[in-house]
Amino acid sequence: MFTGIHFIPPDTKIDFVGLRTITWIVSALLTVVPLILVATIGLNMGIDFQGGTLIEIKTKESPANLSDIRGKITGLGLGEVQIQEFGAPDAVLIRIASQPTEQEQQASIAKIKSALGNEVEYRRTEIVGPTISSELIASGTIAVVVALMGILIYVWFRFEWQFAVAAIASLIHDVTGTIGLYALFQLEFNVSSIAALLTIIGYSLNDKVVIFDRIRENLRKYKRMPLVQLLDLSINETLARAVLTHVTTFLAMLPFLFFGGETIFGFALAMCFGIVIGAYSSIFVASPLQLILGVRREAWSSAPATTAKGRGPAAARA
Amino acid sequence: MLHFQRWKLILAAVVVIAGFVYALPNLFPKSTMEEMPSWLPHKQVSLGLDLQGGAHLLYQLDEKDMVADWLNTIRGDVRETLRRGRIGYSDLTQDVADRSVSVKIRNAADMDKAESELRMLAIPVGGNVFGSLSGGSDLDIASGDDNRITLTVTEPGLAHRMTSAIQASIETIRRRVDAFGTTEPSIQREGRDRVLVQVPGISDVERLKTLIGETGKLEFKLVDPAADPVQAAATKQVPIGDELVYSSDTPPVPYVLKDQVLVNGENLVDAAPGFDSRTGEPVVTFRFDAAGAKRFAKVTQENVGLPFAIVLDNKVISAPVIREPILGGTGQISGNFTVQRANDLAVLLRSGALPAKLTVIEERTVGASLGADSVASGKKAALMGLALVMIFMFAAYGLFGLFANIALIINIALIFAVLSLLGATLTLPGIAGIVLTIGIAVDANVLINERIREEIRAGKSPYAAVDAGYSRALITIIDSNVTTLIAVLVLFWLGSGPVRGFAVTLTVGILASMFTAVTVTRLMVAYWLRWARPQLIPI
Repeated sequence: MFTGIHFIPPDTKIDFVGLRTITWIVSALLTVVPLILVATIGLNMGIDFQGGTLIEIKTKESPANLSDIRGKITGLGLGEVQIQEFGAPDAVLIRIASQPTEQEQQASIAKIKSALGNEVEYRRTEIVGPTISSELIASGTIAVVVALMGILIYVWFRFEWQFAVAAIASLIHDVTGTIGLYALFQLEFNVSSIAALLTIIGYSLNDKVVIFDRIRENLRKYKRMPLVQLLDLSINETLARAVLTHVTTFLAMLPFLFFGGETIFGFALAMCFGIVIGAYSSIFVASPLQLILGVRREAWSSAPATTAKGRGPAAARA
Repeated sequence: MLHFQRWKLILAAVVVIAGFVYALPNLFPKSTMEEMPSWLPHKQVSLGLDLQGGAHLLYQLDEKDMVADWLNTIRGDVRETLRRGRIGYSDLTQDVADRSVSVKIRNAADMDKAESELRMLAIPVGGNVFGSLSGGSDLDIASGDDNRITLTVTEPGLAHRMTSAIQASIETIRRRVDAFGTTEPSIQREGRDRVLVQVPGISDVERLKTLIGETGKLEFKLVDPAADPVQAAATKQVPIGDELVYSSDTPPVPYVLKDQVLVNGENLVDAAPGFDSRTGEPVVTFRFDAAGAKRFAKVTQENVGLPFAIVLDNKVISAPVIREPILGGTGQISGNFTVQRANDLAVLLRSGALPAKLTVIEERTVGASLGADSVASGKKAALMGLALVMIFMFAAYGLFGLFANIALIINIALIFAVLSLLGATLTLPGIAGIVLTIGIAVDANVLINERIREEIRAGKSPYAAVDAGYSRALITIIDSNVTTLIAVLVLFWLGSGPVRGFAVTLTVGILASMFTAVTVTRLMVAYWLRWARPQLIPI
């Protein structure tokens, strides 16, 4: 009978933690370089966070005459205007900077529609006023922070504080790395990007918890094994699962990158990247951090003993 | 772990079958479903605005406008109260920034009487905690030096006023949106001072915005025949008791009107579009209630031969001359309308005025064609993703991969069943969420299968290895899924529209995957073990 391919041989023993001098540098770069990118190139802030007007049109002729459209719109005095092809040669995305008041914001759309006339099909219109955009920035930031705090508390409660700190540190690494991707490719950063970040946080954490679970189990099982060796053992034991899960999730997400359409492309790309960086940080950030944080083995190995002691007098009294 | 109690088995089977039954309607187009017998489940997952096209408009009520309007009323009430009490006063002013009206009482001896009389104007608000703490009235009345009494709008009073203004706005907007005849528009309050209007499948968004955005305050006023409007417009000077109002034409025509309102829109009971019997031009016919009809009859009787103005939102629509007294309480408004404008105007008048000005602060409109494109590409990508995952799972685990794949299909059916029953909305990110769930659902089976492989390597018998695999992986599955759920719940709390749709599908997907991985595949494996009695586990 077909028993399945063992993609990762069962006796795999890769010295992951031993590579830590190199991987610390890589991880540091993955955290710092994105911040530099954001500071220098900057994020391509979408209208969600910047306010402004966005119109997607489909022209009758293909390819669309971008310079003609540009000519018609730049004369309207609406400030900064961006006009670009969007996914297909006859699809055009027009972005206009935020107008000083909500009323002018509304008026801008009417102006553009009268300038372009009825020759084009209006596929999508988005207007985000200054009030909403500042609120969205606030709620987006709060969401990421609250999610991290919630996770910190849960992992702390289920494991030890060292695990919680390691989880949060590696999640911050994933988040900054993903933000760096947005800056590098100048992908539009909007509310769905925050959704992508939160999903990556959730997914990446899922992976870390699986390894933590194994570390906890092995701490109980091998009381005298040196920590470096124990961490490596835990990573290797869960490696087959990690590879299979990441490959399947990646395979599930991949078609969205190519066939999901232009509106979801940025989200799909961030997710695909997030799967990879999350897998990396579970092995090379979250686990070796235990060495630095000094996970207390007594907490686990002595646990059954204290329970037994605790029960003793109670039982005697009863 | 591999022995199942009968009730658990039955429960699992019921859940799975119900999942398929309730997911099934989603495979057929709506028209097909309508022909099916009524005892079959009909509920389908509703598509979000990004998938079926439509408009999402977030309105903010102008608080300043509302407060100014309210202060005007309070000022009128103060004037009325003091007059009725024969109390001399001067310098009756209002301050929108301070949200207060203040008045100076002429005679210091009247102060106590004035204060107690004015105190009657305050209305107790709400039964809420804040209301009862602060004395529970909408106005704060304080007397200061130099015989001044100040009436200040309180926080709870303002909140109460805002709530009723928002509720009234929602009702008015609903009546206006209903005129478009679209299916299932959603109009709801958001936060303190906002109304979210979502209209699926609408094409003429500009018209919708115009119709919602107009305040719709209708007033009938007399034109002052003595004043010269052109001169008044040039000098901006009008006689006392008059006001300068422009028409809605381009260029606007000035009118000098008496500022007293004869009859207003509140007295209207009906309005309908129609055609003038003589000229054939589109008009709006209206009917007053009894009080309105009486007042209108009196005014028209007294002013035959003089023009009066029909004013909508401080713009003169038309200013006809009263040819004869209008006693029946009905009339018509003409003003060079197009058929559509006459129609919209009738809707506006029927729906009543908005309590304050509403401003669009966020608008997202998706055309039907883009929505259809998104559905097509989302479907294609999701199916391809599913196929890739299933092929890969079979390659990785053989028979156990097949079990996982069956569980995956059940999982997807359960997601659609729950989404249909909840009446949840499927958005494009939501489709991506389902795909992500596929990854997470598979992860549970991967965890279990890898555990079984480990247990076999450790030398356990097939039955014991499977048993241990399931029980040990369970803790990990729960821990890892709960942490993911934390992030997703935050997403639900933060998000609106498409993002919230994503959070909902992901939550439902994670819960369904825990059920299918932990219960359904275990059942399949347990029965297979009992039936095949394998010497070796093919994994």
